[in-house]
Amino acid sequence: MRIEVNGEARDLTATTLAQALVDLGWGEAKVATALNGEFVPATARATQTLRDGDRIEVLAPMQGG
Amino acid sequence: MRDFYGVTLDSPLMLGTAQYPSPAVMEAAFRASGAAVATVSLRRETAGGPMGGGQAFWQIIKGLGVHVLPNTAGCYSAREAITTARMAREVFETNWIKLEVIGHADTLQPDPFGTLEAAETLSAEGFEVFPYMTEDQVLAQRLVDAGCRVLMPWGAPIGSGLGLNNRYGLRTLRAAFPDIPMVVDAGLGLPSHAADAMEMGFDAVLLNTAVAQADDPVAMATGFGLAARAGALAHRAGPMAPRDMAVPSTPVIGKAWL
Repeated sequence: MRIEVNGEARDLTATTLAQALVDLGWGEAKVATALNGEFVPATARATQTLRDGDRIEVLAPMQGG
Repeated sequence: MRDFYGVTLDSPLMLGTAQYPSPAVMEAAFRASGAAVATVSLRRETAGGPMGGGQAFWQIIKGLGVHVLPNTAGCYSAREAITTARMAREVFETNWIKLEVIGHADTLQPDPFGTLEAAETLSAEGFEVFPYMTEDQVLAQRLVDAGCRVLMPWGAPIGSGLGLNNRYGLRTLRAAFPDIPMVVDAGLGLPSHAADAMEMGFDAVLLNTAVAQADDPVAMATGFGLAARAGALAHRAGPMAPRDMAVPSTPVIGKAWL
């Protein structure tokens, strides 16, 4: 499946957001997720299915003013 | 000192975490300043794995032992800011959010309409909103009506270092909302600007660039910490009224006839 992750096109086999995060190496990371511009809470990732062409944002703590 | 959504702070200084020469200098600057709050953001995680760029940064921030204030920096719409705030609440485990909805790229002036729209939604969702705003009194009232219990008027455009650009506007805003804790956020360039804001009766100051981009960020952080405290003390002490004519401080009575 063609999924855009943080602006980059990726080929993923995962069918849920939770599995995609594990496959991408962020299974244990402190991150927040959005799917197609909408926030997906961590508790909903396991049941959040992915479709071809979906856009995922994986955000982490960063420096800010 | 006034509390911010029930939290009393040890210092009136809130410090940003961006633009330092290194993480070690940032840590040292925080410790030197005594800042009680660190602002942070959410950005795309860079490297895969549990110790990607953001993960290491988060460990450093946790080690500072300060309150964390996530921002929605860079958002140009209410929708974007609301989604960012929801994501930030989950990652940083706090209801605090520094709400920034920017309306103009050159001045980074906040968009009052988008800010109000986002503040209404976020307050209804239980967020404790710190809205970045101009010194507009009408907007301030609308934000308070929307549920904001803290206001954050700008001193000057973000990163400009100009100090308090509109002293009249800030003074009247402070007077109009005596019971609302207020933070002067953005545009401060020198410790004297921080002292100035605190002497005017503001409850805290928030800055980043002035410390992070100084030749010696740790020394500048120390200066800002002292200045903010000095200004707070001066306000509490009740400053004398200025006057145009001199009045001798040494007693005239008892002066010798020479």
